[in-house]
Amino acid sequence: MFHWLEKNPFFFAVAVFVTIAFAGLVEILPNFAQASSPTVGTKPYSTLELTGRHVYIKNSCNACHSQLVRPFKSETDRYGNYSLSGEYAYDRPFLWGSKRTGPDLHRVGNYRTTDWHENHMWDPAAVVPGSIMPAYRWMFVNEADVDTAYAEQITIKNVFNVPYNKPVPMKDGSTVTVTLEDSLEGAHAAALAEAKIIAADMKNQDVKDAIAAGKIPEIVALIAYMNRLK
Amino acid sequence: MENRPLEYDYTVAKLFMFTTIVLGIVGMLVGVILAFQLAFPEVNLLLGEGLAEYTNFSRLRPLHTDAVIFGFTVSGIFATWYYIGQRVLKVSMAESPLLMALGKLQFTLYVVTVAAVVVSLLAGVTTSKEYAEFEWPIDIAIVVVWVLWGINIFGLIGIRREKSLYISVWYYIATFLGVAMLYLFNNMAVPTYFASGGIGDWYHSVSMYAGTNDALVQWWYGHNAVAFGFTVPIVAMIYYFLPKESGQAVYSYKLSLLSFWGLMFVYLWAGGHHLLFSTVPDWMQTMGSVFSVVLILPSWGSAINMLLTMKGEWQQVASSPLIKFMILASTFYMFSTLEGPIQAIKSVNAIAHFTDWIVGHVHDGVLGWVVFMIMASLFHMAPRVFKREIYSKSMMNTQFWIQTLGVILYFTSMWIAGITQGMMWRAHDEFGNLAYSFIDTVTVLHPYYTIRAIGGLLYLIGFFMFAYNIYKTMTVGRRVEENELQTASPMGA
Ligand code: HEM
Ligand code: HEM
Repeated sequence: MFHWLEKNPFFFAVAVFVTIAFAGLVEILPNFAQASSPTVGTKPYSTLELTGRHVYIKNSCNACHSQLVRPFKSETDRYGNYSLSGEYAYDRPFLWGSKRTGPDLHRVGNYRTTDWHENHMWDPAAVVPGSIMPAYRWMFVNEADVDTAYAEQITIKNVFNVPYNKPVPMKDGSTVTVTLEDSLEGAHAAALAEAKIIAADMKNQDVKDAIAAGKIPEIVALIAYMNRLK
Repeated sequence: MENRPLEYDYTVAKLFMFTTIVLGIVGMLVGVILAFQLAFPEVNLLLGEGLAEYTNFSRLRPLHTDAVIFGFTVSGIFATWYYIGQRVLKVSMAESPLLMALGKLQFTLYVVTVAAVVVSLLAGVTTSKEYAEFEWPIDIAIVVVWVLWGINIFGLIGIRREKSLYISVWYYIATFLGVAMLYLFNNMAVPTYFASGGIGDWYHSVSMYAGTNDALVQWWYGHNAVAFGFTVPIVAMIYYFLPKESGQAVYSYKLSLLSFWGLMFVYLWAGGHHLLFSTVPDWMQTMGSVFSVVLILPSWGSAINMLLTMKGEWQQVASSPLIKFMILASTFYMFSTLEGPIQAIKSVNAIAHFTDWIVGHVHDGVLGWVVFMIMASLFHMAPRVFKREIYSKSMMNTQFWIQTLGVILYFTSMWIAGITQGMMWRAHDEFGNLAYSFIDTVTVLHPYYTIRAIGGLLYLIGFFMFAYNIYKTMTVGRRVEENELQTASPMGA
């Protein structure tokens, strides 16, 4: 049979394709339905948080930081509860990372604050002596791209039924509704309102000036995202 | 006609040889910069504070991985195909003006795509998925380049004189199909600009898959990008070039067959080893682990087949630097395909995952196996393509030793770094508290990061010697006749 295949390229190619496609079919498809349901307490990202997530991705923070706490005592001691599948239900893309040059960030919102991040992103080694993380000072100047985050929210609501404007259950039994504004102007206003609360805890003058002028620097969006990782 | 050797046309092969070398330099230069940044963070500011946004570690890292994979390695795959394909199918590219035109078109589009990739990664336009960082417009361009290559493969096969497909061709076909399937599925995304009625960046998209599913598809892709980028096509090369250069027949046809179909079947199951102890279902993790161990068999099958091809001819390893490169490559292939399965064992992975030991594994594979084999292929091709003798044999020898030392420094330092860090993360003191803060486990790595950077620099210097040697071959190498090109490549002092 193999000799015959080697003289018949078409069937050879088909045989190769079937052989390699097999594993994908068996492993990937069956899992799809169940893995995507959110755990109680997991809510969609707000416009500002999603903007911050884009800043995280733009700078490839995931090249050095994982977002996956493995179920070992040493990891739960260091980072908090181990990660559950449903907590990632609104993560497109997933950001687990493959290399921990810096610590895991999946629950960083539990133990770091706005002003800690502000100082750390400006000069990591000043906050953590010996740190090899680069300083990210341009984030204090660059304006964040709220538009693209808003476009993504509309997309995931329409295409993947992400529950914006719908109550989602929280751990204490209450519900929370994450709003998606009807217009881009509305989204900007809502993001700015959220940004103001964060900027109030910051001391960088450029950031304060930008917010006063109605602009959102990347760092503010990033901190909104960091604070939400719990 | 039938008795005269065919005049093969290497126009397209030459073009891709050129990008192999240029993008190899770019990719490895960025790699060396990254390595120094981890050892000495000031290097993040290498072009000053103002440009730090574009020169810092995290912005550059995807540029490194994509330049060496989609730049250097993929160019090497194309270059060797446009050389080997004609010769084993006994048909010249010149016989089909259409295939020739498509080949050139493929090259042009490839160069444009590479330029777009460099600009977009520096600007921070990325999907964040490893080895799949490109946004949809670039993905489409890549698919077109790939399809053009596919047309060329099957077009050349369509007009072939040699009816039976040589082993290398099997592997090229598998490369084409495998990458096509994986790339398409993993990059499924919805462009937000169009789905939202024209808001935000036009090139932005959002993944079709969320969370755990996304991770599953990504590492089904990521692992098999290794399979169909760093293994299958490189095996294609060694199956052709080692027998040619040494004048020996492939040791065992049965073993080739077994290794080929074994590799095709087993590889795709092993992706789960990237997701051990994550939130993907347990049975998949176990499958990933088990199939990874089974993967040793087809991997070693090919490697042993190559080593045994040299049976009775081992003196060639001492006398020919070109054979040295290939034998070291297959040895490193055996080495990394033994190391990989060990890291895939759950209890080992618990320590190794997220650490530099994985980075060490990556680089003993790519530096020792992929780059060595691609350089050897180009060395063998150069005299045939340019009709000139390789410029300097002694420079090849020196290069060989410098780079071998570079790889050894790289992987030994990363082993120690990785295992040290993995153990420190999990250490508890006598009261059951964590023994080390995270930063303790970073500062301890400084000496190893420094050694790795030096190893990487040596390797890069060797690569420059390679580039120089090929350049000199092209321009001033002694002209040779067809009869000098039958087996061992002619080399100048
Ligand atoms: C039998 C063959 C192999 C097996 C079973 C294997 C197994 C593994 C395992 C367990 C990991 C670590 C996953 C993690 O914990 O993050 C890994 C990572 C990796 N391996 Fe292999 N490996 C094999 C061969 C190779 C070869 C030959 C190469 C390259 C030439 C290679 C390149 C890589 C790369 C690039 C990664 C890193 C992925 C990432 O984290 O971004 N592997 N491999
Ligand atoms: C001069 C040679 C090279 C040097 C100094 C170098 C250095 C580096 C460094 C510093 C990293 C980042 C590791 C980290 O995040 O901790 C890296 C990652 C990587 N490099 Fe290289 N590199 C070199 C050549 C190559 C080549 C030739 C290839 C492939 C053909 C390659 C493939 C990769 C891959 C796949 C990763 C990601 C690994 C992972 O995610 O686990 N490198 N390299």
